[in-house]
Amino acid sequence: MGKAAPRREAGGSRRDLRGLDEPSGEGNPKVTGVLPVALEDATKVVHALLGSGKEYVCVMRLHQDVPEDRVRTVLGEFQGKIFQRPPIRASVKRQVRVRKIYALDVLEVNGRNVLFRVGCEAGTYIRKLCHDVGEVLGSGAHMHELRRTRSGPFTETADIVTLHDVAYLHGEWQKTQDLGILRKFVQPMEKALELLPKIVVRDSAVDAVCHGAHLTAPGVVSVDTGIEPRTETCVYTLKGEAVTLATATMETQEILRKSHGVVARNNRVLMPRGTYPKLWHTKQEA
Amino acid sequence: MSGIPPPWTAKRELLAKSEAETDPSFGCSPDERPYPDMLRFGVINLDKPPGPSSHEVAAWVRRLLGVKQAGHGGTLEA
Repeated sequence: MGKAAPRREAGGSRRDLRGLDEPSGEGNPKVTGVLPVALEDATKVVHALLGSGKEYVCVMRLHQDVPEDRVRTVLGEFQGKIFQRPPIRASVKRQVRVRKIYALDVLEVNGRNVLFRVGCEAGTYIRKLCHDVGEVLGSGAHMHELRRTRSGPFTETADIVTLHDVAYLHGEWQKTQDLGILRKFVQPMEKALELLPKIVVRDSAVDAVCHGAHLTAPGVVSVDTGIEPRTETCVYTLKGEAVTLATATMETQEILRKSHGVVARNNRVLMPRGTYPKLWHTKQEA
Repeated sequence: MSGIPPPWTAKRELLAKSEAETDPSFGCSPDERPYPDMLRFGVINLDKPPGPSSHEVAAWVRRLLGVKQAGHGGTLEA
């Protein structure tokens, strides 16, 4: 599979970041990189990925010559909290929003081409960021090429596969029926939830939560540090299966202390009912 | 430089509240799910090619693998 090799089958003439001076410059920017695809029941975890942090490598093209140190200074100013109005072609309301830029590192400046890496909050438009940088510089600028290198827990260095890999490996699996081949490219949905704080529950609590019950203190076996009221968490079984996405109602220490009461409100059940035995009673049965 | 730490660098530690054991006769470790379930509860870290939209790419994966549903996490668009 050659995982170590750079994965840009961008096709056409420009095959890497060095070939930028070719005439095909304008038009639609190329956008590639990390796109987690969730299957069937796992599509529910998409909810957790949408709000997760992203990281990109971007080629910005300036419309006039600008001294390199000025480009670096201005880009440096786009770190921290920035104001951004979504671009005309956007999937959200065009209202100025505050977005967090965790880091913005200039990797290379070559004439009017500026290569940088940016770590940002979900919902940051890099195309717009480039445009705004151009406004501040006074030269004008646009996004020329973009590659997402991280989406939440998924990065381009670990376990990333191309559509070609998927097609090939799926064919191989059909021939051999070797599950190991499927596991090369299909990861458990729990991977997508890795960045959420965990609450582990005992077997007896699992099915109640699968039926939509809020999580109560007696069911909790262990809790991650750093949970506050309203923190999005993921509830796990002792075997490590994700049960549901839940919003904590109290902080970690309080969850540890409590002997009863709701500790997390159920948001989105991931595990089908009946996977674990029903160990709770309804009025009729009691 | 305001230095907001990215969420993916957050360090957490699992603290024990009580002791419990799990019954091996039901449920299954995520890494050992049998065939239909490992697709049903599966995620692919896909390298999006340039050109098609995120939606198209997700639809291709769905047809390719013959699964009922596939959705992408976070549009990656020009």
